[in-house]
Amino acid sequence: MPRTSGRNKGKVRWSKLYSFSCLRTDTVEDATAQQFGGPGFTRVAFCNQPNLHKKGPFRYPNNSISMTKYNFVTFLPKSLFEQFRRVANLYFLLAAVLSVTSLAAFSPPSVIAPLVFVVGISIAKEALEDWHRFFQDLKVNSRTVKVHVGNGDFVDKPWKALHVGDVVKVVKNDYFPCDLLFLSSSYDDGLCYVETMNLDGETNLKIKRCLEATLALDHDIEIKNFIATIRCEDPNPNLYSFVGNLEFENQLHALSPSQVLLRDSKLRNTDYVYGVVIFSGMDTKVVQNSTASPSKRSRIEKKMDYIIYLLFTVLVLISLISSIGSSLFTQYDMKDWWYLDPSGHDPLFNPKKSPLSGALQFVKALILYGYLIPISLYVSIEVVKVLQAMFINRDIQMYDEETCNSAETRTSNLNEELGQVEMILSDKTGTLTCNQMEFIKCSVAGVSYGGALNEVDLAVSKRMTVDLEKYLSTIEGSGSISQSFDMFQFSISDNSIQKAVKGEDNIKNSNIGNEIYARVGKESTIKGFNFKDEGLLNKNWIDKPQVSDIAMFFRVLALCHTGIPVEDDETRKLNYEAESPEEVAFLIASQEFGFKFCKRTQSAMVLKELDLSSRVEIEREYKLLNLLEFSSSRKRMSVIVSDEDGQIFLLCKGADSIIFDRLANDGKLYQEATNAHLSDYAEDGLRTLALAYRRIEPAEYKKWNSIFTQAKTTIGPEREKLLESASEMIERDMFLLGAVAVEDKLQKGVPECIDKLAQAGLKIWLLTGDKQETAINIGFACSLLRHDMQQIHLNLKKEVNKHEKVLKEDILVQIETAYQATCQEVNKDTPFALVVDGKVLEVVLQSDVRFQFLQLAVNCASVICCRVSPKQKAMITRLVKDYTGKTTLAIGDGANDVGMIQAADIGVGISGMEGMQAVMASDFSLPQFRFLERLLIVHGHWCYKRISKTILYFVYKNIVFGLTLFYYQLYTSFSGEVLYDDWYMVLFNVILTSLPVIALGVLEQDVSSDVCLQFPALYQQGQRNIYFSWTRIIGWIVNAVYASLAIFTLTIYAYSNFAFQKEGMVGDIAHLGATMYTCVIWAVNCQIALVISHFTWIKHLFIWGSISFWYIFLLIYGALPPIDLQRGFRVLPEALGPSPMYWLVTFLVVIVSLLPYFVHIVFQRQFYPMDDHVIQEIKHYRKDVTDSTMWLREQKKSKKKSHIGFSGRVDAKIRYWKEQLRQKKQLIHRSSASSPFF
Amino acid sequence: MLISVIFIPIGVASLLASRDVVEIVDRYETDCIPANYTGDELSFIQDPSSNKTCSRTLTVPKHMKQPIYVYYQLDNFYQNHRRYVKSRNDKQLRSADNANSTSGCDPEDRANGSPIVPCGLIAWSLFNDTYNFSLNNEALTVNTSGISWKSDRDKKFGDNVYPRNFQNGTLIGGKRLDPSRPLSEQEDLIVWMRTAALPTFRKLYGKIEVDLEANSTISVTLENNYNTYSFGGKKKLVLSTTRWLGGKNDFLGIAYLTVGGLCFFLAMAFIVVYLVKPRQLGDPSYLSWNRSPSGH
Repeated sequence: MPRTSGRNKGKVRWSKLYSFSCLRTDTVEDATAQQFGGPGFTRVAFCNQPNLHKKGPFRYPNNSISMTKYNFVTFLPKSLFEQFRRVANLYFLLAAVLSVTSLAAFSPPSVIAPLVFVVGISIAKEALEDWHRFFQDLKVNSRTVKVHVGNGDFVDKPWKALHVGDVVKVVKNDYFPCDLLFLSSSYDDGLCYVETMNLDGETNLKIKRCLEATLALDHDIEIKNFIATIRCEDPNPNLYSFVGNLEFENQLHALSPSQVLLRDSKLRNTDYVYGVVIFSGMDTKVVQNSTASPSKRSRIEKKMDYIIYLLFTVLVLISLISSIGSSLFTQYDMKDWWYLDPSGHDPLFNPKKSPLSGALQFVKALILYGYLIPISLYVSIEVVKVLQAMFINRDIQMYDEETCNSAETRTSNLNEELGQVEMILSDKTGTLTCNQMEFIKCSVAGVSYGGALNEVDLAVSKRMTVDLEKYLSTIEGSGSISQSFDMFQFSISDNSIQKAVKGEDNIKNSNIGNEIYARVGKESTIKGFNFKDEGLLNKNWIDKPQVSDIAMFFRVLALCHTGIPVEDDETRKLNYEAESPEEVAFLIASQEFGFKFCKRTQSAMVLKELDLSSRVEIEREYKLLNLLEFSSSRKRMSVIVSDEDGQIFLLCKGADSIIFDRLANDGKLYQEATNAHLSDYAEDGLRTLALAYRRIEPAEYKKWNSIFTQAKTTIGPEREKLLESASEMIERDMFLLGAVAVEDKLQKGVPECIDKLAQAGLKIWLLTGDKQETAINIGFACSLLRHDMQQIHLNLKKEVNKHEKVLKEDILVQIETAYQATCQEVNKDTPFALVVDGKVLEVVLQSDVRFQFLQLAVNCASVICCRVSPKQKAMITRLVKDYTGKTTLAIGDGANDVGMIQAADIGVGISGMEGMQAVMASDFSLPQFRFLERLLIVHGHWCYKRISKTILYFVYKNIVFGLTLFYYQLYTSFSGEVLYDDWYMVLFNVILTSLPVIALGVLEQDVSSDVCLQFPALYQQGQRNIYFSWTRIIGWIVNAVYASLAIFTLTIYAYSNFAFQKEGMVGDIAHLGATMYTCVIWAVNCQIALVISHFTWIKHLFIWGSISFWYIFLLIYGALPPIDLQRGFRVLPEALGPSPMYWLVTFLVVIVSLLPYFVHIVFQRQFYPMDDHVIQEIKHYRKDVTDSTMWLREQKKSKKKSHIGFSGRVDAKIRYWKEQLRQKKQLIHRSSASSPFF
Repeated sequence: MLISVIFIPIGVASLLASRDVVEIVDRYETDCIPANYTGDELSFIQDPSSNKTCSRTLTVPKHMKQPIYVYYQLDNFYQNHRRYVKSRNDKQLRSADNANSTSGCDPEDRANGSPIVPCGLIAWSLFNDTYNFSLNNEALTVNTSGISWKSDRDKKFGDNVYPRNFQNGTLIGGKRLDPSRPLSEQEDLIVWMRTAALPTFRKLYGKIEVDLEANSTISVTLENNYNTYSFGGKKKLVLSTTRWLGGKNDFLGIAYLTVGGLCFFLAMAFIVVYLVKPRQLGDPSYLSWNRSPSGH
């Protein structure tokens, strides 16, 4: 492949830059060689000979993956099995089977149809979901990649056709199709950049490095004769380890994780790489890391199971009573009932075999009272949830215009769970942040530039001015001197507030006045650069006094990095590619400041910079002498360059504390100012780095360079140490230039959303794969952390090789002390924040320290876990869920969040980003994090109330109906006769009572969505589960039992024996049945009218429509020609309609059966109103309009005091200022008291 | 409060209506056993040769306006037993063409190889006591037509269906039917076939269409044929007038009064409590965060 000389970046010998780790030992130690072939290390891959893997002992699966639960053959049996694992379904199946035998209480269709419907819907849903998964698999499996087919030819093949041993060529920005051994890349020295976002959520690029031995295989043609054998570990889920060796040209080479390219990571900044398939398909580490997606059920649903069990017990109990009663009657009394001809043909009523009859009766009764267990409950809830989901999906306020995505409910059976969430576990990158760094501020030579005011200050000033005005108005009345004196202090004490207020005004003005300008400005904004300060832009800085320092500052920005410029073909502007987005932001910034980094060669960097004296742009070349790499332990990075004059500089950037320690005595000129600025920046959640430089004498450099080169070439364990000390030698006596602050850009509305969620009493944990510093910065930016918070860091001690037990002890001690601290009375008001590292978690989660850890974590206001692997995310989530018993919600966007999303009670995926794995695994998907607020506080709250009301009402109505059936048995010698016509029974759940309850489940709302958002406290009703507590459930059951008794006794007594109308006719079974049924229909429908607090015309239509439908049905049914055992014939027009008794009984029964509930709610509303009741009343009387101060005051009060979130920060700041004010006041008072004038 | 306002008048009205009804109840099943059969009622009733005639006298307590309904009341008779209720065939009753349709009538479906019309236990056990009334030795006619629902006569019981093969089996149940009259005219059967909902029930026997003066005595000659002795059931003869609400049933009136009174009481209680501890609707101080001083 010919190479154009224009592609300068491919030519760079990176090993020169990365001076630390390029030289490695290639020999394999004997000890490791032996373990291959043993258990756990059986995998052998014959490179370039995939045919060997298609059969025989080394046959491995191909690269197709399947995430589906079923296939065509297993679908029906498996899904049916799943369905009938539910107790209720099994019961209904039993009932259906029995209904076709002689024991039937009802006609078979009336039993089988609902069952088929319920099971059918569930299976269809399951099938649809699996179908989607199947398509997703298909899509992934048919992605193509170039595969070597011999003779150095590469052809496109689908992913699924890959086998172990295949050599593939992956090009830039493509995903790796499977786990590969990295052979060579387009770079001469065998490097490639890999983005592992989908694996661990880390945003910075990782460098992978091939073996020296395979370095030469960097052309298609050279692959032709490549033959080698890989022996390595078996497939396992560990992403960060790999043990294996490569036998190539009769030499063994040890393999390490840095030669392995994992599936689902992406090739970046590298034109192409060659690799050999080691693990394919289901063997890949990513797939091994994924856990089977569990089917989730909400808490309410689980509790509903208990209700079903309870009802089942009742069912069995009354069936038992019935059957015993029946057999007793059959044995002792029935022989005397000649009119029944008890000679014994009928197995159900055989006096001679009464125990058998009793047993049969028992089975029959089980079916008869089946109305207690509402099969339609499952259907209705399914319907309700689907409709609810539709409402959520259609919510225009959760529609993102940018990505044209709306919220999507992927598993509808968790809607109500949204109303009970207590803990949110959030991913960082892509969820809270956009994965985009912006250069915001800098402090150069002790002066801070950029960004006038932050939002917190603005909010504080706003609140303070309101207070101020109030204060003023109170003073006006009294006008006493001392108060105005206070006033005076108040105003002078806080210049900063005044400033802030002014700043706010300025912003307002500029917003209004310069709208056009703003629009223009928007278009020209540079990605990654959000810096507005004329002091530094447009070469204005050149007139400043510390101009040389400023220039040096920019030079550090432009030179101290590992980025490469890439020319944009369209705009001719330079773009940059670097390991981390931060560096890109720095490079862009330096370009804007007039220090354009335009070329990098192997040993030099070219800058286009402003000449200070001539003020023209000139090109300068800097020789790159050494590069001291960034590492998490060093926390700094340096380059040593020499300029055209031969002057040697060490340019360094790094964490402030590290830099400050290494300053020369005369280099601390700006330290104090810079430090102050740094803490300001950090408070705002900005990521800060300090910049410093040092001039090195050539002689000193020479001396040091020899030491450094020696260290570099050392082989063995001391190498790292030597390098460390060498760099330590040169990175000292530096001169501090200033600091920069970049913002890890938050997504729109994230701080506000977190604020609201915190007010609603939700705890938010941040789980990220990113570095601790970044995580903490984001913590500040999202107001999860605050400066007055006490941060607890759990870290491992430096020594790595300690025994695990020792580590555990160490952590335990840390946890214990921290826990003691949080429990102390003194610290009651200080919020704590816990910052945990992934390594600590690894120890903690594996051992029994978990519980202590969790105790501590729960005590902290916010918890941040950094550098956690996907598996750990899932483990933490599970831990929190299991130990605290709280409802957890996990939100994330990438494949690395899948585990956590699946483990949590509710998983939310952010859609619209690249990669759909998180969304596929999630229960809900949102286009943006900020919609979580509406999803939880509005929809969650509503759905929770709706579903709990629906279930309770369902239980109520079925108990009412079912028990009337039972009571009647007492009058029929338990013979199993039913008072109602079969059709009445069928219609009860299908039409006559179903629509209102569905309307309740879909449309009910206690307060409007605005009010929900204004009063986050309402959300706590769900967290405390007050609408579905056992007291409520029992209450409803008692209510139902009462209502059924009332209906039954009143009707029976009203109808017993006597003529029920003027014609003297006596009521028979048909009349009594129809009357009682009318009463049931009225009672349950009026009951729902009492339950509903938000009437829409639909609900009115359904409720009153259901009742009138009953009468219409009765008319039509009665007009049909009579058939066998039909009881509705002309009942209404002939017998009941003209009888005043019928109407009076209905009226009486409805009132009596609803009276207790009515009294209960009146009493509760009057004397113990709940929040939503009061708010409803306020709304009803339009008090929110007439008395808006009260309305706003209550809104404010309803917010839960929380330490996290934006308003928490504002509160803290105000508190801080007030405290200061008080101290000042005291001071003044004291001085004034001592002064002779007072 | 509103409820009590509505309820109390209804209660009073229905109670008055019920009080207006004059009802005479006479229990006769023990008194109509001849002395020599006392203690052995079963053999008496089962002996076809024994004289079942029995006479009773009833005194009219108050003026009774016509029509006076004559009922018989049976007790402990499970007409609502599942086996009993099911044992009929409505198809057969409706049309002569369906004489062979006897499904569900088991065990009284066929006798001597041919279907029974009307089949089933219900028809088979038809009540067969008869009552003859006389006032001052002058016979009172009891009108036995119009005692069933019109729809039953017109639609359910065919006018071309004649009893056939009825009570011809080995066991004789209740009344025999006149094979020359169609079922639609045999209203006692139609009434009987309307199975009662409760084990104690009344059924209409006929109507006396003259007014009865207070304190007049009626003598009843009845034939005590029906066997309630085997299961210890009572038999009663009932004469009753009706008002707009039906027969003499105080229950509804009392229930309305009770509920009305209860509502009144509750309303008063609420008012009292409200006066003692008033709460303005929409008063924000009742919000949960205002009630507990610590906030949450």
